[in-house]
Amino acid sequence: MTNFATSKPPVHKMNLKEKYGLMTRDLAWETSYQPMDKVFDQLGLEGIKIHDWDKWEDPFRLTMDAYWKYQAEKERKLYAVLDAFQQNNGQMNISDARYVNTLKLFLTGITPAEYNAHRLFAMLGRQFPGAGAAIACQMQAADELRHVQTQIHSISQYNKYFNGLGDHRVMNDRLWYLSTPKSFFEDAISSGPFEQMIAISFALEYLLTNLVFMPFMSGAAYNGDMATVTFGFSSQSDEARHMTLGLECIKFVLEQDPGNLEIIQGYLDKWFWRGYKVLGLVAMMLDYMLPKKVMSWKEAWQIYFVQNGGSLFNDLSRYGLRLPKYWEQTVAEAEHLSHQVWNNFYNFTGAAAMHVWLPSDEDMEWLSAKYPDTFDKHYRPRIEHYRELEAQGKRYYNDNLPMLCQVCQVALISTKMDDPTKISHRELDHDGEKYHFCSDGCRDIFQAQPDKYVSAWLPAHQIMQGNCFEPGVDPEASGFDAMAEVMKYFHVTPGQDNMDYKGSVDERNWNEWKGFTKDSETKSS
Amino acid sequence: MSEIQSTVFMALQTNDDTRPIIEALERDNPTAVVNYLPAMVKIDAPGRLVLKRSTVEEIMGMAWDLQSININLISLSGNVEETDDEMILHWNR
Amino acid sequence: METITKKSEHFPLVRDRLKNFHGKQVLYVSWDHHTMICAPIALLVEPDMTFGELVQQILPGTAFAKHPDYSRIDWAKVEWLSSDHPFIPRPSTALLAQGLGHKSFVRMRTPGLNGIAGTGC
Repeated sequence: MTNFATSKPPVHKMNLKEKYGLMTRDLAWETSYQPMDKVFDQLGLEGIKIHDWDKWEDPFRLTMDAYWKYQAEKERKLYAVLDAFQQNNGQMNISDARYVNTLKLFLTGITPAEYNAHRLFAMLGRQFPGAGAAIACQMQAADELRHVQTQIHSISQYNKYFNGLGDHRVMNDRLWYLSTPKSFFEDAISSGPFEQMIAISFALEYLLTNLVFMPFMSGAAYNGDMATVTFGFSSQSDEARHMTLGLECIKFVLEQDPGNLEIIQGYLDKWFWRGYKVLGLVAMMLDYMLPKKVMSWKEAWQIYFVQNGGSLFNDLSRYGLRLPKYWEQTVAEAEHLSHQVWNNFYNFTGAAAMHVWLPSDEDMEWLSAKYPDTFDKHYRPRIEHYRELEAQGKRYYNDNLPMLCQVCQVALISTKMDDPTKISHRELDHDGEKYHFCSDGCRDIFQAQPDKYVSAWLPAHQIMQGNCFEPGVDPEASGFDAMAEVMKYFHVTPGQDNMDYKGSVDERNWNEWKGFTKDSETKSS
Repeated sequence: MSEIQSTVFMALQTNDDTRPIIEALERDNPTAVVNYLPAMVKIDAPGRLVLKRSTVEEIMGMAWDLQSININLISLSGNVEETDDEMILHWNR
Repeated sequence: METITKKSEHFPLVRDRLKNFHGKQVLYVSWDHHTMICAPIALLVEPDMTFGELVQQILPGTAFAKHPDYSRIDWAKVEWLSSDHPFIPRPSTALLAQGLGHKSFVRMRTPGLNGIAGTGC
């Protein structure tokens, strides 16, 4: 931006703050045709009090021209790499085809969440009379749409060669394990504007974001997936802005009125817990699905939540904000989470759109070292039992439907704090019906807003009600196979998208492309 | 949790653009620690981290737009203050 | 977080009322110390089915039966809980008649049988 011409007289160059002020806030106005509180009619719904929107600070001060310039630069760099990746068959350089199953989880679980985030911020920007906040939301809405597009584009190369990646939009709507991230975002998008800010901008984009992106992107880097590393870092540069939006919004709201603290703390407690429950999928990915491991879930939680979060809450304590409820439980559960989520997928591999496999001896040594207090005692015996069954041709599948938590919609796989061999369960009676939860955290969320959660679309119940069939299916017809019809509804192709990695089309193809014979196969469980 | 030290950090992509930025951070923040991870560099500092445009320009030998850090920034931790000349990360306590 | 809601025919939308299950009800069963079956199972059953029929006809077809401990269960010694409270089932009585209505949660414990190699798995 430096003017190198020397013949013209010196021009006053606006500094960052001046330029930003002129091109953003100074373009805002107080409405006169309609009253402000009618134009911005959601602000009063939650009891939050904002006295002065001008107190909102804009750390990055991006004007639209700067925004588009930098975003265009990122796109140019990204698509150059994606072109090279595709031209050079980069998918052949991954450590092992098992790795692709992490991308299946990502594309079906996270990419649709990015799309929901895009919609959320587009709507949210409309709700704020403060120009700084509105602009930050607008930019984030554009960012999130870019993330959807770049994720689909990057992973599309894998879709040409591996199964389970062809129908992520429908799968996200219908598959049992994907109702967890889906319901998370739908809960957020149907909340008031300030709750949305705390839920997504603060709890997800600030407090928990590193636990989504660092594992997937580092996992990609360690396992030779250049496409994902590149799109990951390309989107992470947007995340830095999202993070500062989150931190600014919480400070701003807490500074505006002391009465806001209790409401904000409540939102933080709820969304920390909901976000944590979605992260179980990441825990499994880190510990069980990466052929070349990055770090354990336990380590990741320690670094990115306990330490980073600790610094953050030290800072925020001046407002009276405390760490979220039940945070200590998440630390204790870090010893168990990944093992339990993985066992959930091992039980129900028949109905999943990705493959699973048993850990190898080497994998188990790693798990033992990372989880010295729990793995050998509670989880190795089960894996060894599964190995025996597989060797006998009696691989264990669970053909039942699982009991799900009414709020987080994860199966009740969590165990009691004092006994990891008993399922943790909470129950409430509400309006003549029983409701069940995996934890105090989820039960508390229900109790605060029961009218919202009684309408949860729980996959297991919907299947039982006969709502999970494609149009035109007749349950009374002869030869009707409920499970087969549910799989069609899921858009999961049996024998192709589901079941074990061993014996899959993905495995056969990979061995053929890499020139492996049965004898020289590099990794077998 | 108050016994946990308040660390700020900035994580950058590993590429030619960020080399002078990382060097500038090391020069202006003697207590900073630079961690090299796959495809990224994470710079940790106790309490405060400052990036100065003038230092980057001195290293590069040309003009540099501080806002262009947006292209290569991966993640950060701490409150952000940005002017034309400096970007500061800090925790107030 | 108090919200003001107007109750109507359509709100709140309770998706899992009994009437949506076409004459059947949901029953959840968990087996303590047998986490190989990763979560309690959700069964669709006739409300007038007896507890004895549940044990003799339904459970043998579930994932529980795939556990090595299953064939060793002494059903006379099984301890039952309903909603996490001790419960003594009446085998000849219908589920509904003994308080096991729609979406009830039942746990069973099999003393002496504690999972694979006694690990609770």
